[in-house]
Amino acid sequence: MSTTTMWIVMGATSALCFAMKLLGHLVPQSWLANDRLQRINALIPICLLSALVVAEGLVLKTHIVLDHRLAGLGAALAALFAKAPFPVVVVSAAATSALVYHLHLG
Amino acid sequence: MSNLTRGTVRDSLSVALTVGAYGTAFGAAGVAGGFSVLQTCLFSLLTFSGASQFAAVGVVTSGGAAASAIATAALLGTRNALYGLQMAPLLGVKGGRRLVAAQITIDESTGVALSQAPRGTRAMREGFWLTGTGVFLFWNLFTLLGALGAKALGNPASYGLDAAVPAAFLGLIWPRLQTNYLRMVAVVSMGFALLVTPWFPAGLPIIATTVVAVVMGWSAR
Repeated sequence: MSTTTMWIVMGATSALCFAMKLLGHLVPQSWLANDRLQRINALIPICLLSALVVAEGLVLKTHIVLDHRLAGLGAALAALFAKAPFPVVVVSAAATSALVYHLHLG
Repeated sequence: MSNLTRGTVRDSLSVALTVGAYGTAFGAAGVAGGFSVLQTCLFSLLTFSGASQFAAVGVVTSGGAAASAIATAALLGTRNALYGLQMAPLLGVKGGRRLVAAQITIDESTGVALSQAPRGTRAMREGFWLTGTGVFLFWNLFTLLGALGAKALGNPASYGLDAAVPAAFLGLIWPRLQTNYLRMVAVVSMGFALLVTPWFPAGLPIIATTVVAVVMGWSAR
């Protein structure tokens, strides 16, 4: 991806995200008060973030690839089950993944 | 300060510092994904919504198209519109202050504001402003530190940064999965995204899971 495209991604993401935030402050409350819309909207982050877990952890381009990242995700999952705080979750995933990555190269 | 409830200040600042520190992970992810330190910092200043930022950078990192990255981030930002809807009558601000309020309308500022309800309307307002500005300050500071750190380190896989991003997403959804139904929605979304991966261009399987949200949220449970 070119530098220009990356600027576009950053700029457009920022503009759209701000538009969403402002929308909520400007529109009359009744507009978004629809029950169905509320239910769907509550599920959207769960669906997208779940998809991002597998897309970032198990996929390269358009292929499912099981590599060192999977070991990292396993460590993250274990940390979450042990009720570890967020930084511990991320760091244990990174450390485990890096370890497996180097063992493989070695 | 004397006009503020001590409890509200404590709640706001502890959330601001803890959440702000995650900015380090975003700073590192941005640089690992090929964005410059400046671009990564502008993401935190201008987008200022953690999940959307991680998503935009994540889709780009995994080879997705710019449009997929932007659409995924924007879809994740829709929930902030609903937060704004709840916060606007509480804050009652106009003009420039309304723009500032909009920019700091995120999970944490809304969450702390709502949690202050037993302390009264005034504490809710203070909770919103203190948490919003506090997270903004720390999130941006730590983004810069993370970006500079990752730039100094080099190869992302060598330090496990490529696994830190999906782990961060997992950490972000984990507290939301309160019921078996929501856990099922998460598992179905993961399965759906993996299923369509070989056939869709990179990045699109993520947006496609909006279908799961629409189908599963269509009728009341």
